[in-house]
Amino acid sequence: MAAVSGLVRRPLREVSGLLKRRFHWTAPAALQVTVRDAINQGMDEELERDEKVFLLGEEVAQYDGAYKVSRGLWKKYGDKRIIDTPISEMGFAGIAVGAAMAGLRPICEFMTFNFSMQAIDQVINSAAKTYYMSGVAAQHSQCFAAWYGHCPGLKVVSPWNSEDAKGLIKSAIRDNNPVVVLENELMYGVPFEFPPEAQSKDFLIPIGKAKIERQGTHITVVSHSRPVGHCLEAAAVLSKEGVECEVINMRTIRPMDMETIEASVMKTNHLVTVEGGWPQFGVGAEICARIMEGPAFNFLDAPAVRVTGADVPMPYAKILEDNSIPQVKDIIFAVKKTLNI
Amino acid sequence: MRKMLAAVSRVLSGASQKPRHGFAMLPSLVSISRLKQSSQLGLPKCWDYSYSLKTRQASRVLVASRNFANDATFEIKKCDLHRLEEGPPVTTVLTREDGLKYYRMMQTVRRMELKADQLYKQKIIRGFCHLCDGQEACCVGLEAGINPTDHLITAYRAHGFTFTRGLSVREILAELTGRKGGCAKGKGGSMHMYAKNFYGGNGIVGAQVPLGAGIALACKYNGKDEVCLTLYGDGAANQGQIFEAYNMAALWKLPCIFICENNRYGMGTSVERAAASTDYYKRGDFIPGLRVDGMDILCVREATKFAAAYCRSGKGPILMELQTYRYHGHSMSDPGVSYRTREEIQEVRSKSDPIMLLKDRMVNSNLASVEELKEIDVEVRKEIEDAAQFATADPEPPLEELGYHIYSSDPPFEVRGANQWIKFKSVS
Repeated sequence: MAAVSGLVRRPLREVSGLLKRRFHWTAPAALQVTVRDAINQGMDEELERDEKVFLLGEEVAQYDGAYKVSRGLWKKYGDKRIIDTPISEMGFAGIAVGAAMAGLRPICEFMTFNFSMQAIDQVINSAAKTYYMSGVAAQHSQCFAAWYGHCPGLKVVSPWNSEDAKGLIKSAIRDNNPVVVLENELMYGVPFEFPPEAQSKDFLIPIGKAKIERQGTHITVVSHSRPVGHCLEAAAVLSKEGVECEVINMRTIRPMDMETIEASVMKTNHLVTVEGGWPQFGVGAEICARIMEGPAFNFLDAPAVRVTGADVPMPYAKILEDNSIPQVKDIIFAVKKTLNI
Repeated sequence: MRKMLAAVSRVLSGASQKPRHGFAMLPSLVSISRLKQSSQLGLPKCWDYSYSLKTRQASRVLVASRNFANDATFEIKKCDLHRLEEGPPVTTVLTREDGLKYYRMMQTVRRMELKADQLYKQKIIRGFCHLCDGQEACCVGLEAGINPTDHLITAYRAHGFTFTRGLSVREILAELTGRKGGCAKGKGGSMHMYAKNFYGGNGIVGAQVPLGAGIALACKYNGKDEVCLTLYGDGAANQGQIFEAYNMAALWKLPCIFICENNRYGMGTSVERAAASTDYYKRGDFIPGLRVDGMDILCVREATKFAAAYCRSGKGPILMELQTYRYHGHSMSDPGVSYRTREEIQEVRSKSDPIMLLKDRMVNSNLASVEELKEIDVEVRKEIEDAAQFATADPEPPLEELGYHIYSSDPPFEVRGANQWIKFKSVS
């Protein structure tokens, strides 16, 4: 018996050459999933898993979502769990917080920047201060990472790719605290490779942990959300010139994973932060301040540099808009400046 | 005489009423209802309550259970209606037991608020302190019309509701004085007290209304026939988010009772100076409304029962305006006489005080005696005094706990203090 089982377990290629016919093992075609679909999957799984989860927001039900992020959910779960709201951000943000206070787990979706203008009071004063459940936010032209990251009592996550989007929204829904999920709608339609683990219904990305997207030795580039992609592009270009960037995807704004950033800086001795938000009082400013306070400061060979959105209200004309957000060339320039090359 | 009593008690021995004041030895007598004055029954004078105090005390057992009516019927003011065919009833029955309970509760709230006033002036309570004396019929009356499993949320004038929803005077006063024995461990203060099914205590004017609609949504979602009482004042009534909440509550038929506690002044601004329409019970537009005499606890109770039944039947939200009055200024930093006259305050006190109204009703219908109610006053005073002692002597929360309870259900983490070297631990 033991002999037979030993034979079975041995890899096929070691079996006698007489057995020529054998299965060809090829890797399955890598699954590509867009950020939009990843979020949709994440919400679907959580709606199925927990009766108390429900989604409310403008056009989330019958319209399938303004950006189609909630496509198919209303058809599957019905009026009770997927609720179309009138255009009343402050009102329904408050309703979401109240429902959470009473034990439900609402996903509150906002369509545009109106969110921060009208509903920020409910998110900060009602939700953050009284430890309730999740608020999910869609971002418009402005990056609210600094706004919400400023506030104790909230958790703030910022997904970049599909895997991030799914893992973080699931963690956010399951977290017993209010979580602001800064989705970047320019990323919704972008497909990414979806690793097998991410296809599981229990795939969660821990809140508060950054990910090293690309290993490097010369400089640490820290970013979140859409700019992570630009950093990787910049890193590819720089690699051809012999500069190896270590690109860190923060994934969580608050609580920030300083350990990962510090460890990287202590290895590379150089730091560039990249964000879409405005420079003053932003994510990059916070990272730099904390680096100075910690052990990594002594490992810096040059001052840390921030790459940010331009310090202007978002303009309309394409050329202006393009130059108001960090581009790949801006990142490359900052890296070279830091490395003095 | 004895034969008559025996006959009556035999007839009524089936009644399931608890003995009063623990007089277990006289169960049959306790079950007699609708007893008239002793003189009318031809009973000896010793059974009449005007007998000497000593004898009264000695025979308190007999007298208390024999001399009072068990209940009485009262007429109450008819409510103004908006989009409703009929309203709450115009008469109601008050039992002796309930009357004594309401009296005690109102008196407790009154004395607690006055004690808070005193402690504030002694600087033992600091910061914001908004007192609700004068409005006792609202918090006690609302509670009388709902179940403990129903939900309630209000704004910052919340001490009365914190009590009626189940917290002790001790916990409330200790929270006001910022001690660790307070209901929020001293970290919330006046405007942030919570209890089971009581969601505070909210500092942002009007923000609690969408929260209340959200709680009502949860009630409907869970399907347990619970309702949510969502309170706001005449000042907050002009907030836009309240109209957003009205719309969604009506659209989705949420079991939400919107309640406007109209005490005529939003801080220093009278209703006429703040609102184009002061008919707050109509401002829900498509939501039916009632205007209720908020100084009469029975009126409030009946209106609340009516409103709760309406919501529980699935018809959607309803609005109640309680016309009431606060004796204190807006808060402890407002003397309350720059925008209204002392005469006005005095007039309300002498003609419409809610505790006085209940007392008069009970005494005049023989539901209780003046002395008995005075005894309750003494007991309440003692309770408040003890609570104040505790609230003054209890230590403040320890500094180590500064960072606690930022998040729920999370593992401990570090919180930065005033500079990078000062760190606090945060435990959920």
